[in-house]
Amino acid sequence: MKVQPQLSMETVRLETVAMDSLMARLFDSIDEQNMAWIMAADQALREAFAESLIDLVPSYTTLLVHYDCRRLNHSQARARILEALEHLTPADTQAGQLHEIPVWYDPSVGPDLPRVASRAGVPIEEVIRRHCNHAYCVFALGFAPGYGFMGLVEQALATPRLDTPRRKVAAGSVGIAERQTAIYPLLSPGGWNILGRTAVPLYDYARRGEPLLRPGDKVRFKSISRSDFEAQGGDITPLEER
Amino acid sequence: MNSTTPKGISVVKAGPLALIQDGGRFGVRHLGVTQGGAADWISHRWANWLLGNPLESAALEIVVGGGLTLAVECPTRLALVGADLDATLDDAPLAPGTSFTVSPGQRLAFRQPRAGLRAYLAFPGGLDAPEVLGSRACTTRERLGGLHDDGQPLKAGDRLTWQGKAPGERRLPEALAPCMPKSGCRLPLVLGAQAGHFTGRSLYQAFNSAWQVDNRADRMGVRLLGPPLNCRLSGMISEGIPLGAVQVPADGQPIVLLNDRQTIGGYPRLGALTPIACATLAQCLPGSEIHLQPVSATQACETYLALLNRF
Repeated sequence: MKVQPQLSMETVRLETVAMDSLMARLFDSIDEQNMAWIMAADQALREAFAESLIDLVPSYTTLLVHYDCRRLNHSQARARILEALEHLTPADTQAGQLHEIPVWYDPSVGPDLPRVASRAGVPIEEVIRRHCNHAYCVFALGFAPGYGFMGLVEQALATPRLDTPRRKVAAGSVGIAERQTAIYPLLSPGGWNILGRTAVPLYDYARRGEPLLRPGDKVRFKSISRSDFEAQGGDITPLEER
Repeated sequence: MNSTTPKGISVVKAGPLALIQDGGRFGVRHLGVTQGGAADWISHRWANWLLGNPLESAALEIVVGGGLTLAVECPTRLALVGADLDATLDDAPLAPGTSFTVSPGQRLAFRQPRAGLRAYLAFPGGLDAPEVLGSRACTTRERLGGLHDDGQPLKAGDRLTWQGKAPGERRLPEALAPCMPKSGCRLPLVLGAQAGHFTGRSLYQAFNSAWQVDNRADRMGVRLLGPPLNCRLSGMISEGIPLGAVQVPADGQPIVLLNDRQTIGGYPRLGALTPIACATLAQCLPGSEIHLQPVSATQACETYLALLNRF
């Protein structure tokens, strides 16, 4: 993967995506080093648009700017984005926070542990050790309130999505899909390979408008025992349904 | 009426889908939280306008009707705009686009669509419901908003309350009353996003074919059936999705993403329907035909602002 040490204005593209929305495309490939730039752009755009901003959605390589077309026309919005992104410098703080997320890895709440282990050709304990062995970068929030797309999982553990998504995946489920990993904030359908469950209430944080995970943050998973998981308020009921 | 006694209407029979909706949830898309809000926001606004409410007040979005029955507990004035769901007050038919008085003991019923799909029933001052993340919009998948802030549609036994006084009568000028879409209607689309990656033939077909509204249609998205469209892009990195985005998955059949859409996604898009076109599409019954019509962002915005100025 190419490292992007600098963001050049020549590589930033602005695309019309709707009547009142523009996409700022900063990069072309997924890279953890993008995120400090994306978050610096996020802050600069929020400041530049202020009251004229309706929503701003950062993702892996882009920022979607939904502006108030009662206050700005399309070309004014375009000019304002370009102005805000000029002279962008990511600050250290935009590198994000490190979170440690305790997870009970067990086939009863992580029904795909055996599948991931057999595909990787390693014991389940080794899958757990390796999944915990990396500080994952949060690339984007989406799918559900507080759901963070994280990566990159080491190649050996990369596992494709289930052919048939489950109708129900429990809140707190930790899963992987290809080289991405994520936590389901609330009970939902889902096709990721589920390895375990956390008691951290991601959905409650998101409901308050204060998501625990933000793009640019880092997450390290920590394997805990069933008794610790229960002591943290975790629900041990197997819930996964095909 | 004593201001400490909430005025009420109770749900006798729920029908398939009735949701509390306001103007939607904004400033939270970066949390992964969807927009929500009235799918036909134009009818929703006129319903509130008829009662002199703030235009984005919480009202009821009634989809299909299907037997929804409400029992009136206090005298007041309500407003109904949008789809003709064969609604009655006791035995008297209720025409959409009007406000009307109701008395204790009367029953409001909604049967089946005769024109359009979604009717909006507004209450003086807006419905009471807990505000979450700045809105009362009910989004089922996220379990946010609605009467009990659990994202659930109305169910039998629920009781709707509001705080406003019954206003005087206000009439909707006939020329302004939203009319339900006819088959073959044209929906303006702002070209953009990955439009340049579609084949020339597909771009031609997008704007010169009749598209049929599929029965796989809900508040999240509406699937259109027609000639398969081909995009040369394979594998996209997920990015933010605006209202009305027309995404084209591998089968080539477009999906128009509406109010309850996912916040990010990785299918190539032709651009996005205008907010007015989204309101129209939300009233199209499965099986009806629509045409896509290219429009510039500037022109779309002028039309949109002109509509906002009518309220």
